[in-house]
Amino acid sequence: MTTLKKSLGLRAALLSLLIFAAIVGLWQIAAQPPAASGPAVDPEYAKLVGAAAATGAKSAMPTPADIGVTIWKHLMDPFYVKGTNDKGIGIQLAYSLGRVLLGFGLAALFAVPLGFLIGMSPLVYRALDPFIQILKPVSPLAWMPLALYTIKDSAISSIFVIFICSVWPMLINTAFGVASVRREWLNVARTLEVGPFRTAFKVILPAAAPTIMTGMRISIGIAWLVIVAAEMLVGGTGIGYFVWNEWNNLSIANIVTAILLIGVVGLLLDQGLARLTKLVTYPE
Amino acid sequence: MFKDPFDPKTLLKPRCSCGGDHAPADHARLSAVPASDEQRFSRVVDAAVLRAVFPVDAQRRQFLKTVGATTAMAAISSVFPLATAREAFAQGGAPEKKDLKVGFIPITCATPIIMAHPMGFYSKQGLNVEVVKTAGWAVIRDKSLAKEYDAAHMLTPMPLAISLGIGSNPVPWTMPAVENINGQAITLAIKHKDKRNPKDWKGFRFAVPFDYSMHNYLLRYYVAEHGLDPDKDISIRSVPPAEMVANLRADNIDGYLGPDPFNQRAVFDGVGFIHVLTKELWDGHPCCAFTVSKEFATQNPNAYRALLKAIIEATAYASKQENRKEIARAIAPTNYLNQPETVLEQILTGTYADGLGAVKKDPNRIDFDPFPWNQFAIWIMTQMKRWGQLKGDVDYAKVAADVYLATDTANMMKEMGLTPPDPSKKTIVIMGKAFDPAKPNEYVESFAIKRS
Repeated sequence: MTTLKKSLGLRAALLSLLIFAAIVGLWQIAAQPPAASGPAVDPEYAKLVGAAAATGAKSAMPTPADIGVTIWKHLMDPFYVKGTNDKGIGIQLAYSLGRVLLGFGLAALFAVPLGFLIGMSPLVYRALDPFIQILKPVSPLAWMPLALYTIKDSAISSIFVIFICSVWPMLINTAFGVASVRREWLNVARTLEVGPFRTAFKVILPAAAPTIMTGMRISIGIAWLVIVAAEMLVGGTGIGYFVWNEWNNLSIANIVTAILLIGVVGLLLDQGLARLTKLVTYPE
Repeated sequence: MFKDPFDPKTLLKPRCSCGGDHAPADHARLSAVPASDEQRFSRVVDAAVLRAVFPVDAQRRQFLKTVGATTAMAAISSVFPLATAREAFAQGGAPEKKDLKVGFIPITCATPIIMAHPMGFYSKQGLNVEVVKTAGWAVIRDKSLAKEYDAAHMLTPMPLAISLGIGSNPVPWTMPAVENINGQAITLAIKHKDKRNPKDWKGFRFAVPFDYSMHNYLLRYYVAEHGLDPDKDISIRSVPPAEMVANLRADNIDGYLGPDPFNQRAVFDGVGFIHVLTKELWDGHPCCAFTVSKEFATQNPNAYRALLKAIIEATAYASKQENRKEIARAIAPTNYLNQPETVLEQILTGTYADGLGAVKKDPNRIDFDPFPWNQFAIWIMTQMKRWGQLKGDVDYAKVAADVYLATDTANMMKEMGLTPPDPSKKTIVIMGKAFDPAKPNEYVESFAIKRS
């Protein structure tokens, strides 16, 4: 049994590696600059334009090798500061993470208690439902102009946007988790004459905890998606700004580097909350 | 040669060949014309201090003859902080606020605002300025209105729009200096290289950086002069400058009237070609501006003056052709424009690849001139009116004078030893049609294609 499991893991890893090699290989072939076939241009003109434009083509997609070099360059020096608008990728990621954790933390502080109240009262649950349902699907970019206009501070605005986007899954999941605590458990508590506060903390909270944590896991994923968009819009610092600034320079290699790093950090955040969820899960 | 050395009237020292009464070694120091502002300012300060120390001029001359200029300067410095006094005078009063934030959009129009940072024009005025790259015009407007920025790079129509409350709440905004004149272009996708006549552009999708921009007004003017209605025959959308090349490449748009470096960048990447420089529509048109809120200017008069001085000085430096390569190098890094140096050099020097295989030369492709002509403002407002952005009546001359601070700029230029132009003498001719700033309403009426 264990050997089978082990070999399955091994085979999966091998397959992953194979897929990776295939993607990189295909990319490398596809991104090869076309052989100079265009009309020969004036050397004086060729000097003034990019290598691709000189042969009458559009500038090409960078190859995986180019991107590897760029990633290496960024990882070797992630924390440099060369002025207000040029900071290392590590610093940019730290700014983004700070904003996400702040916005997400505030959202959790707000959503979990409120969700608790909503879940305990079917009346409030029904009354607030339409508001939540309407506000939940609104894109972060739609909130941004409103936030900038009313808050008048771009740093707080991006934190507000994280807050407003990550609050809904937590709110809904908490309310749902609290509302669907098994009747029998509440009845047992009532029979034992446990006070309302003790019931809330000793019975409902542990029972709803896995659902609440799932809500948090969804929220942090959304928050991490949102921050890149928000920073691209507002600029200044953060990984989203980095992507925007390299878009300015049409530097695809740098953008791909940022995409990979955003993916890795998102994975770490998700896995962290998955671990926490496991801690509070209980067998039925 | 053989004069009596015991005669008190005989000069034993070798005399300078220039005929002046000084030794050849002192010639350079004594006859030098103060070259820079600092030297002029320090002459003024030194003169004031010496007059105070020696009320009688004969005594001063006697003293200097006896001990020599260098010793005298050292002696006075030991009791009076000459260096500090010179600095204080040059700054014209200490700025109320030294740490300033100035927002900019990464385009070559902002050259004076940006280069003043790496090239030390701000620090020379005793300011510690942070130049902050911003994502788009709406964001730079909102951040300025929210006072996150003390001053900002804007499009010349923006301070007018903000002051008039078009597209935002009305806030009194001022524009003490224009950044650049000319320097924009219409870029088309390579696939349109045979459609050089605007009459063939029906159905084209164009981008401009902002609704309240010279780009928008010039593009509308250009196609309208060729008989196309910019609202019906083509579509114009607002796209941040940085995203224009990416959109052109993705075939999302057919072309744009945009700021550089993105025209030249489209050529560099083989995505587009330069159809026409805006200079060929209106030679000397304004584009971008250095702006501050009226509140900042009145509450921090010294900081405002110092900032304006730095900008005017940087603009004057940028207007000289011989400095352009050095400037291209200074503003190319990631911290500023984040562009290949050759692209910036082609824009600033005006020797550029046009995207169709030719190398063109036009040294005035972009130029820098700080003077905020009120006539510019009036023209811009006539176009706002023409395209329906500005509704109702407006006192053109008054708004222009309130927002475009030509008098402030002229005074500052005089103080700096530059010659300001005569504010009433400005002729504006756009595609062969003259504009009379005294008759704005008639001008709007004279167009066949308009919205009002």
